[in-house]
Amino acid sequence: MKIHEYQAKALLAARGIAVPQGRVATSPAEAVDAARTLMAATGVPVVVVKSQIHAGGRGKGRFLEYPDLGGVNVVLEGRGGDAEAAEARVQALAERMLGSTLVTLQTGPEGKLVQRLYVEQGVDIQRELYVSVVLDRSVGRNLVMASTEGGTEIEEVAAATPEKIVREEVDPAIGLAGFQARRLAFALGLQGEAFSRGVAFLIALERAATELDADMVEINPLVVTGAGEVLALDAKMSVDQNALFRHPDVVALRDLSEEEPAEIEASKYGLSFIKLDGSIGCLVNGAGLAMSTMDIIQHVGGSPANFLDVGGGATTENVTAAFKIITRDPNVKGIFVNIFGGIMRCDTIANGVVAAVRDVGLGVPLVVRLEGTNVELGREIIEGAGIPGLVSASDMKDGARKIVELTR
Amino acid sequence: MSRFVDVHTRVLVQGLGKVGQFHTDKAIAYGTNMVGAVHPGRGGSHHRFEGESDASGVPGRPARYAVDLPVYDTVREAVAATGANASVIYVPPAGAADAIMEAAEAGIPLIVCITEGIPVQDMVRAKRYLQGRATRLIGPNCPGVITPQQCKIGIMPGYIHRPGRVGVVSRSGTLTYEAVKQLTDVGLGQTTAVGIGGDPVNGTNFVDVLAEFQADPETEAVILIGEIGGSAEEEAAAWIEKHMTKPVAGFIAGTTAPPGKRMGHAGAIISGGQGTAAEKIAALEAAGVVVAPTPTDMAAAVQQAMRQAGIL
Repeated sequence: MKIHEYQAKALLAARGIAVPQGRVATSPAEAVDAARTLMAATGVPVVVVKSQIHAGGRGKGRFLEYPDLGGVNVVLEGRGGDAEAAEARVQALAERMLGSTLVTLQTGPEGKLVQRLYVEQGVDIQRELYVSVVLDRSVGRNLVMASTEGGTEIEEVAAATPEKIVREEVDPAIGLAGFQARRLAFALGLQGEAFSRGVAFLIALERAATELDADMVEINPLVVTGAGEVLALDAKMSVDQNALFRHPDVVALRDLSEEEPAEIEASKYGLSFIKLDGSIGCLVNGAGLAMSTMDIIQHVGGSPANFLDVGGGATTENVTAAFKIITRDPNVKGIFVNIFGGIMRCDTIANGVVAAVRDVGLGVPLVVRLEGTNVELGREIIEGAGIPGLVSASDMKDGARKIVELTR
Repeated sequence: MSRFVDVHTRVLVQGLGKVGQFHTDKAIAYGTNMVGAVHPGRGGSHHRFEGESDASGVPGRPARYAVDLPVYDTVREAVAATGANASVIYVPPAGAADAIMEAAEAGIPLIVCITEGIPVQDMVRAKRYLQGRATRLIGPNCPGVITPQQCKIGIMPGYIHRPGRVGVVSRSGTLTYEAVKQLTDVGLGQTTAVGIGGDPVNGTNFVDVLAEFQADPETEAVILIGEIGGSAEEEAAAWIEKHMTKPVAGFIAGTTAPPGKRMGHAGAIISGGQGTAAEKIAALEAAGVVVAPTPTDMAAAVQQAMRQAGIL
């Protein structure tokens, strides 16, 4: 589950990690109030107004409505002691940013609606570094990665100058050991006060990532200030979906407006659903089979409208819900039901499909391929229902060809 | 124990809830030697399983079975009482990693964890706990392991399997069934089918299973079924190139998967441009693996690989 920058910073700050002071705002008035309060509390006349969306690249991103306006804006107007000028600038920025659509490299061309801003104190940046905690799947342990090339996408650093990334593997029984944190801090070229602060920062960050069951925590940039402070200037975090049961405080941070409505609906029924932009809806059991159903549709010249895994324990009700979610998408010109019944019995799927068609009607061609447990029973149910426009397929490739043919 | 499980495998089930009961019944029907159950709080009781034997399972059994399976509170007690040498875990996600560690601590040499949805950090700790212990973990989030007509541990439908010549190893449950059924239909059958699971942190990887198949005299060819995410397929390709003398076919799911999205399995995600299907297919092909273009062609790919090796 993804969370916003301001939420990640609050979770990290509560675990001893240094972050700049900031406040969230959902209206221009709140943004101005936040700026005023921050400038008074910190004595720093500079604030930064940051768009809060679930996508990176905000600084370089631009608004659809205001092509020359970036997603992150530094307000310098207060530097001469003119707090009113700063507040006016914050007001003007917030009025344009809130309710507008930010397009970044990660949002796709349609962009994302900005509904919240994070107003943060300005920071005297001396150095920009990078640090993250990620899972290394090949060893089954967390890695702490650090680089002197802060402010750049880590993938770019990895491609261009891989020697500039240093890694420490974390023993889950120990956490990040002191010597490992020191090794990273030396590699980052930290000195004096910044060195000891950096070591503490790294140890606290790894501990927080593990405690919060984070899939990934990325601090980019991690900054060293003129006063030798070490601060998380940005924070990106996502939390393991499977561990949310033990983090009710994190669950409360879920922002449904950032998620695809059809995906939210599917998750209520325990369905694994991902919307795509093709025209053939897929209803499949099993993640691997669902993925390769999309692949085979493309292989025979079509394009999948979704990934949908109804899982091994689906009921007739789940299948009906899945069918409705697929047919609601106006791009869907045909549906391919592809089932290999193992635990999932073919008659369950067949009953679900028939119930859904009776319930919502069928405006597009439907190809059904059933195989596995109770397959004869399943085929009898499907054929006995006399659904017009329904075609049976003998195997997966046959089914994919038929649905692509029928939607052409 | 040859190829993980055979007729001598004595199996415990951990977690005798609804799912555990259902699949324990199917395993007994197949002829798997289920020797006991562990369900904390129900120790000292027995659970009755009875029904019609699965005709596709272990041959030479009566048409019906009736078993009173003894239930224990702890794995240690169960091992002491039954001499179990394998365990299958159906414990719900929050307690599953703990169940793995309990079985390892009790000295069980083979643990098969079916549970889907275990927190990653729980598996990181469990994997650390297994280090230095003589225990193999298969899974989690997997269909299990089967040696046809000898031993079925897990949730796969038994009847699609036939004893035969091909070793099957896969990250996906349903794609394993697709491959198994095709191999049965073309008359090649399987030596053993192993699901290594769809989670990012698992106990046994492709390389471990490939080594087992390479060493097994009955396995003549192998099919490896992978998917997007991680680098297990690339590691397998490197191992195949160096050590594998038997023909290998493959299939990779997720060519059309968008980056940054988890495709059903927790481990099936392209992150930071890494773990794409194209990279994996290229790595396997470079290692001489015959990669099937679609799942419908998996048995055909095995046949092609066997023909190229002159054994078909």
